Amino acid sequence: MIFVDEKNKALKITAIAYNTFRESVRDRVLYNLVLFVALIVAAASVIGRIAVGQEAKIIIDVGLSATSVFGLLIAIFIGIGLVSKEIEKRTVAVILSKPVRRSQFILGKYFGLCLTLLVNTTAMAAAVALALIFAKGGFDAAQLALWPAAYLIFLELAVMTAVALLFSCFSTPALSALFTLLIFLIGRWSPDLKLFAETADSAATRIVSRALYHLLPNLASFNFINEAAYGESVPARLLAGNTVYAICYVAALLAVAVLIFDRRNFK
Amino acid sequence: MSVIEVENLTQDYLTGFWRKRSVRALDSLSLQIASGEVFGLLGPNGAGKTTTFKILLGLIRPTTGSAWILGSAIDDVAMRRRIGYLPEQPYFYDYLTAREFLLYCGALCDLPKTEAAERADKLLHQVGLADSADKQLRKFSKGMLQRVGLAQALIHDPEVLFLDEPMSGLDPLGRREVRDFVVGLRAQGKTIFFSSHILADVEAMCDRVAILNKGRLIESGKLSEILKAHSNELEVVVSGVTEPALAEIRSLALSISASPDNARIRLKDDRDLARMLELTHAAGGRIVSVNPVRESLEDLFVREVKGS
Ligand SMILES: Nc1ncnc2c1ncn2[C@@H]1O[C@H](COP(=O)(O)OP(=O)(O)O)[C@@H](O)[C@H]1O
Ligand SMILES: [Mg+2]
Repeated sequence: MIFVDEKNKALKITAIAYNTFRESVRDRVLYNLVLFVALIVAAASVIGRIAVGQEAKIIIDVGLSATSVFGLLIAIFIGIGLVSKEIEKRTVAVILSKPVRRSQFILGKYFGLCLTLLVNTTAMAAAVALALIFAKGGFDAAQLALWPAAYLIFLELAVMTAVALLFSCFSTPALSALFTLLIFLIGRWSPDLKLFAETADSAATRIVSRALYHLLPNLASFNFINEAAYGESVPARLLAGNTVYAICYVAALLAVAVLIFDRRNFK
Repeated sequence: MSVIEVENLTQDYLTGFWRKRSVRALDSLSLQIASGEVFGLLGPNGAGKTTTFKILLGLIRPTTGSAWILGSAIDDVAMRRRIGYLPEQPYFYDYLTAREFLLYCGALCDLPKTEAAERADKLLHQVGLADSADKQLRKFSKGMLQRVGLAQALIHDPEVLFLDEPMSGLDPLGRREVRDFVVGLRAQGKTIFFSSHILADVEAMCDRVAILNKGRLIESGKLSEILKAHSNELEVVVSGVTEPALAEIRSLALSISASPDNARIRLKDDRDLARMLELTHAAGGRIVSVNPVRESLEDLFVREVKGS
C-alpha cells in the first residue's frame, strides 16, 4: 500500500474540514440564504418607497445586521454540536482510531464550520450588494463600505465559532449554547464592561469586571454596520488590528479546546 | 514477538453525578497475541471487552497498565496506519454515501485519492455493498452498517484488525458471511483480535481465546485445549428402557433426561459404559448412540462465569 507522507498534517485537517462543511451543506444550513434574500428584497422594495434617498443606508443596515444575526445563529447552533455530536454518536471513535491527532480533529472541525460561515457571509454580502445596485440603478460608493464591514462580521463569527467549539468539547449542547450566547452579549458590550470596571465602587467588583473585560472577546470593534450604512469604510488600521486580534483570540481558544479534548476519554 | 501486548491493564470508571463511585471495568488484564493469530475475547455483557478495545485504540487512557501494538505504545498515532478498528454497534455519518465515507476514511489514513477510490470499490464489492455504494448511510440497515464498518476498518489494508462484536446485529446468513470474510483475512496473514459473546462464531474462527468476566481474565489458551481439559464425559441415548431398569441406570449416571421415546444418559467416563449397556439389553432396550461429550463453549462459559 502506498501512503502519502504522514507529516503532511494539513491534508487530514482539510479532509475533516471538508467533511464538516459537507455536513452543514447537506443539513441544508445554507437554506437560510433563501430566507435572507427574501428579507433583503422585501426591505429594499418597501423601505425604498417610504424613505426616499435613504435606500442605500437602510439596505446596508438591514442586510448586514441580518448577516450578522444569521451567521451568529449558525456559529452557535452548529458550533456547540461540532465536537459533542461526534462524541455522542460515537463517530469520534472511528476517526480517532485512524492515524489522526486529536488536535487535527479539532482544527478540522473548526475550519469546516468557518468555511460554511465564509460561504454564507459572502453570499449574503453579495445579495446586499445586488440589492444596492438595484436600488441605486448602478454602482455606488456605498458598495465600498459594504465589503470590509462584512469581513469584520466574518471575523466576529470566526471568534464565536471558536467559543462554541470550546464549550462543545466538555459541556452539553444546551449549556454550551447558553454560555456562548452570554459571552457574545458581554463581548458586544465590552466598552460598558470596561467603564464598569473603572467606576465600580467595590474593589472586588472592579477586579472581577476588569478580568472579564480582558478575558472575554472584545467584539464591539467588529461591529461596523452603522458606519458602513453611512458610507464610511473601515479604516485599514482597524481592519488589520481586528484581524490580528481575532487570529490570536481564536488560536488561544483552540489551544485550550485541544488541551481539554486531548484529556477526554470516549465512552 | 507479539503483535499485541497487553500488560496489567486496569480501568476504573467514575460514575454517579454527586457521589462519584469508582467501577472497575477491567482488572489487571494481560494478554499476548502473536502475528497472524485470530484471537477471540469472550465474555458476557459488561465483561470489559469494549473497554479493552477502547484502551488499545487510544480512546480511553487506562487507569494503570500499558499496552503495545506492533511494538509501539498505544498512543503512537503513526502506528494506527497499520491497524483497523470496527467499533461495537457502529454508527457513521448518515449524510454520506458508503463510498464517500470510505474515501473520507482513506484520506484520514494517508491514502492518495486514486488508491482510496480503488480500495473503496474493491471493499464495497467484497462486503456485498456494491449496489448500495452511492446510497446515503441513513438508509442502511444495521447489518449493512456493520459491513460498512468492516470496509472502513480495512480501507488502508492494515496488518492488525480490532473487531468489537463484528457479528452482533446480523442475521444467520450475515454472520456466516462475516465469518468467511474473517477466515479470508486470516489467510492473508492478518492478525485479528475480536470480541464476542456468541460462542458458535468464536468456535469457528479462533486460534486462541481469552475468557473475561467482570473485568478479570478467567482463562485463556487454545480453544481445543480449554475444552478438552474439562471433559471425558459420554452421552448415551437409549430407547425402550422403562422405569425399573431406568432407576438402576440412574444410579450410574451423572444425569438422565427421559422422554417418552428415549433417554439421554450422561456418564462421567467410559468405566460405567459396559455395565450400562448390559442393563439396557437386560431391560429389552436399544442403544441409539454413544458419543463423547465435547463440552461446548457454552457449558464452559456458564460454568466459569458462575464459578467466579
Ligand atoms: N462510560 C462508562 N462509564 C461507567 N461505566 C462504564 C462505562 N463504560 C462501561 N462501563 C462499565 O464497565 C464494564 C465493562 O463494560 P464494557 O467494556 O462495555 O463490557 P463489554 O463490552 O464486555 O460488554 C461494565 O460494567 C459497564 O457497565
Ligand atoms: Mg461491548
